[in-house]
Amino acid sequence: MSSANSPTARTTPLTDWHAAHGGRMVDFSGWRMPVQYTSIRDEHQATRTAIGLFDISHMGRLAVTGPDAAAFVDRLVTRRVTDLAPGRIRYGLVCNEAGGVLDDVLVYGAPQPAGVWGDHAALGVVVNAGNRDKLVAWFNDQRHGFDVQVDDRTLATAMIAVQGPHAIALIDALSDGAASKLKNYCGAAAQFDGHAVYLSRTGYTGEDGVEILCPADAALAIWVRLVADAAPHGGVPVGLGARDTLRLEAAMPLYGHELDQHINPFEAGLGFGVTLAPERELVGKEALDAAKANPARIRIGLTLEGRRVAREGTPVLSDGQRVGVVTSGTFSPTLQCPIALALIDPAAAGGTLSLDLRGTALPAQAAALPFYRRSD
Amino acid sequence: MNPDNLRYTETHEWVNLSDDAQPVATVGLSAFALDALTDLVHLELPEVGRVVEAGENACEVESVKAVSEVYSPVAGEVTDINEALLDQLETMTDLPQDEVWLFRVRVDGGGLDGLMDAEAYKKRCADEAH
Repeated sequence: MSSANSPTARTTPLTDWHAAHGGRMVDFSGWRMPVQYTSIRDEHQATRTAIGLFDISHMGRLAVTGPDAAAFVDRLVTRRVTDLAPGRIRYGLVCNEAGGVLDDVLVYGAPQPAGVWGDHAALGVVVNAGNRDKLVAWFNDQRHGFDVQVDDRTLATAMIAVQGPHAIALIDALSDGAASKLKNYCGAAAQFDGHAVYLSRTGYTGEDGVEILCPADAALAIWVRLVADAAPHGGVPVGLGARDTLRLEAAMPLYGHELDQHINPFEAGLGFGVTLAPERELVGKEALDAAKANPARIRIGLTLEGRRVAREGTPVLSDGQRVGVVTSGTFSPTLQCPIALALIDPAAAGGTLSLDLRGTALPAQAAALPFYRRSD
Repeated sequence: MNPDNLRYTETHEWVNLSDDAQPVATVGLSAFALDALTDLVHLELPEVGRVVEAGENACEVESVKAVSEVYSPVAGEVTDINEALLDQLETMTDLPQDEVWLFRVRVDGGGLDGLMDAEAYKKRCADEAH
């Protein structure tokens, strides 16, 4: 019931705003972040029905420059990026030699403007906050033989997600229609309320929306404008608590839960994000080839009856035997039942499963993923 | 129930002891705990008749975010549980502290050693909030 408040936690350009506006502040991956402002349930519902505004400045933003940038990143990310056109965005994994996942990332083709991505960014890479130092070190370790530089733009910039059914209209009104011009997984430089920003039609909630990357010193003005203009549409600031319930309903992986160095992409259900073409010189390719042929575990979705929630670490049972473990669980505000993602033995999939909830075996039903899919 | 008569635990339960020869302890959640809890989805109360040790996990309070355990500050038999709370989960954290009692225990020996009075608990919460 307490949270450790480290004096060394980093702050985003919006941390003071969060604390002054009811944000319950916690340390997350070394950053001082709001877990909620009013209630996880209310913030979740606002995002599903109207607009949620998220400070995601803690995410790492790396610009890769130099003539070998594309070949270099192509070797490190499980999706092909050598053919990534300017303005296109691709999801992929960064794996070690053993095929274990170091991070899941978005790669941006030739992102602009320079005020956000620096001069001459051939590719942008957005990484998880908790993996940023590890990824910067990994990229630098792998630079040998490539003419590239890795520029960590995280502290010079900020990032705000605007998500929900009314998000695009809100951004359009402030950017001369820039948001609706973008297709999903595309990005472009834009003028947003007088600020030069990068808009990306991506997100982590299962809703339509954008992520705005901007210079750190423009973040507060942009945020305050968004909060003011979203309010009449039912839009609210949303903390990390609802960010987690939203992504879990959308069955999007969270590093440290569905993904880590001991889980490969195929086990995590992310085979779509791995291109193992023969000509690719991807780090971990041999291990990934083997993992694809024979995954030791598979990711499944489960729902429970009643109200008790299966949290991370809850054992999954089949015929009384442990066959896996819950990686994330919550009470789904949309489905109004407990939901969970789990990694289990493939042999047990399709059978009758139960969860060992603190000593009580509760029946669990396999659920199609995602738990929630927006209708549009 | 006078809040000044309550005693508090390190884990944010309050306890109120009756004047009976074999006292009955009423156990609830402090205002500090209620403020920290939001989005409750479930309350797992102990069964009446269950015998608990002092410090034993007797009850679970489940929110969207996490499950919190409630420890019985005293040893004895559970004589009563506040099932009315199960219908008030959405508003429970807005109720006054003395209405959020969870269970009662007929105390079997032992007293309230090591518990804090209101003054000491207030200081404890102020420290934790920093």
